[in-house]
Amino acid sequence: METVWNYLTSRPTDAGWANWLVPTALQTLALMVVLLVALAFILLFDRKVWAAVQMRKGPNVVGPFGLLQSFADFFKFVFKEIVIPAGADRTIFIVAPLITFVLAFAAWAVVPVGPGLVVADINVGILYLFAISSLGVYGIIMGGWASNSKYPFLGSLRSAAQMVSYEVSIGFVIITVLLLVGSLNLTDIVESQNRGMGFLNWHFIPLFPMFVVFFVSALAETNRPPFDLPEAESELVAGYQVEYSSTPYLLFMIGEYLNIVLMCAMLTILFFGGWHSPIPWAPLDSIPLFWFGAKVVFFFFLFAMAKAIVPRYRYDQLMRLGWKVFLPLSLFYVVALAGLMVMFPGLAEHFQSWRQ
Amino acid sequence: MSRLAQAVRGLFLTDFLGAFWLALKYYVRPKATLNYPFEKGPLSPRFRGEHALRRYPNGEERCIACKLCEAICPAQAITIEAEPRADGSRRTTRYDIDMVKCIYCGFCEEACPVDAIVEGPNFEFATETREELYYDKERLLANGDRWEREIARNLELDAPYR
Repeated sequence: METVWNYLTSRPTDAGWANWLVPTALQTLALMVVLLVALAFILLFDRKVWAAVQMRKGPNVVGPFGLLQSFADFFKFVFKEIVIPAGADRTIFIVAPLITFVLAFAAWAVVPVGPGLVVADINVGILYLFAISSLGVYGIIMGGWASNSKYPFLGSLRSAAQMVSYEVSIGFVIITVLLLVGSLNLTDIVESQNRGMGFLNWHFIPLFPMFVVFFVSALAETNRPPFDLPEAESELVAGYQVEYSSTPYLLFMIGEYLNIVLMCAMLTILFFGGWHSPIPWAPLDSIPLFWFGAKVVFFFFLFAMAKAIVPRYRYDQLMRLGWKVFLPLSLFYVVALAGLMVMFPGLAEHFQSWRQ
Repeated sequence: MSRLAQAVRGLFLTDFLGAFWLALKYYVRPKATLNYPFEKGPLSPRFRGEHALRRYPNGEERCIACKLCEAICPAQAITIEAEPRADGSRRTTRYDIDMVKCIYCGFCEEACPVDAIVEGPNFEFATETREELYYDKERLLANGDRWEREIARNLELDAPYR
């Protein structure tokens, strides 16, 4: 029994394909299943939070407290007819939601949810995440373009410009974290925030403005309100999703929400100590999965609240915020932090003391 | 200075946090939702819902086929045919209401001299086909029998204002 477990949870090795393909495939499958089931409840949570702020009850009919609502929605989507517009490019029209969906899952491969609990513990994890989330815009652009219709096209153009703009400042924010940690490996980034003083060691304290920039950019990056201009329902109906129905639409939606949860996970890993307990006390620190999940859900709650309380930005305001506020601010922080670390070598030693 | 203050406010998200606090206060407030199929809101006695043809307490139908309702109906949803019955009294042989045409204005019940046609408190009569909404005399009389208690009470409550 134990040998089977060790085999299934083993890290990829060079000793024959059976020693890396099967465990990796099973680990990936487990991650996907857990993510999809968690996503069903996250979707419901989003709607419940939104409803509560508006003094509504939200979905409460399917299952106790409406817990099975997402599964009902899933079956509704799957059993509907897939409508492909006459003028659409059929191949790209179908491929676009697949790209969004697959990329959203692919990004999760490097996310460590607990000590050693990561499908691919690669040394450039954060670069990989950055690359995958940049590719995500392709799904949206292709979807908007292939629909061969005005609203989706406008929506996807907006989306492309928006994601490119905010990716820049997200990149600089990540660099500030990397300067403190001295590693691109996500597990290292989490471990570097465990220097014996609990939440006082987490990066959100020295990097608080960067945390704010990252949070707001994450909203923009995932097309969440208040930056949901690509799908601004009052102007563009539903943006790039207008022509989509049934399963392709479902794939778009799952991909979108997975990206949101991924951003919450990145906030957790980069700034809030990953799976570590806020108080370095053995019984609390022995439940890493709980802490990781709790932090991700907390940030998702903030995302949901932002949707409920903030009115949509105008497009020029969005661009102004991205290029004239966040970019200079994060650039300044990178330069200042790098300068400080060169000036005071003790600073780097302090932040990288986890290596010993 | 004001720009600096604005920058500081933006940096520390004070506006956002204020809104967040307000939203949290609303979050814990009692919900305004009416859990509809299980809970229903109050209806006025004047509510104009599904039509019904009423009877006298002895079981005789009230309608005397004066066709005032048919004449006043702005949507021309009512069709009436009438001839004398065996005992010589004038009655309808056909009384149809096309519920799809009907605009629920209530003119028919206003026009009726004997309170025969009324709009009752029932509003849950959606059907799956259009044909089911072409009501005939039988259906309307059955409605009257079914809803008589509520209809009589509503007429009584509204009587002082008529």
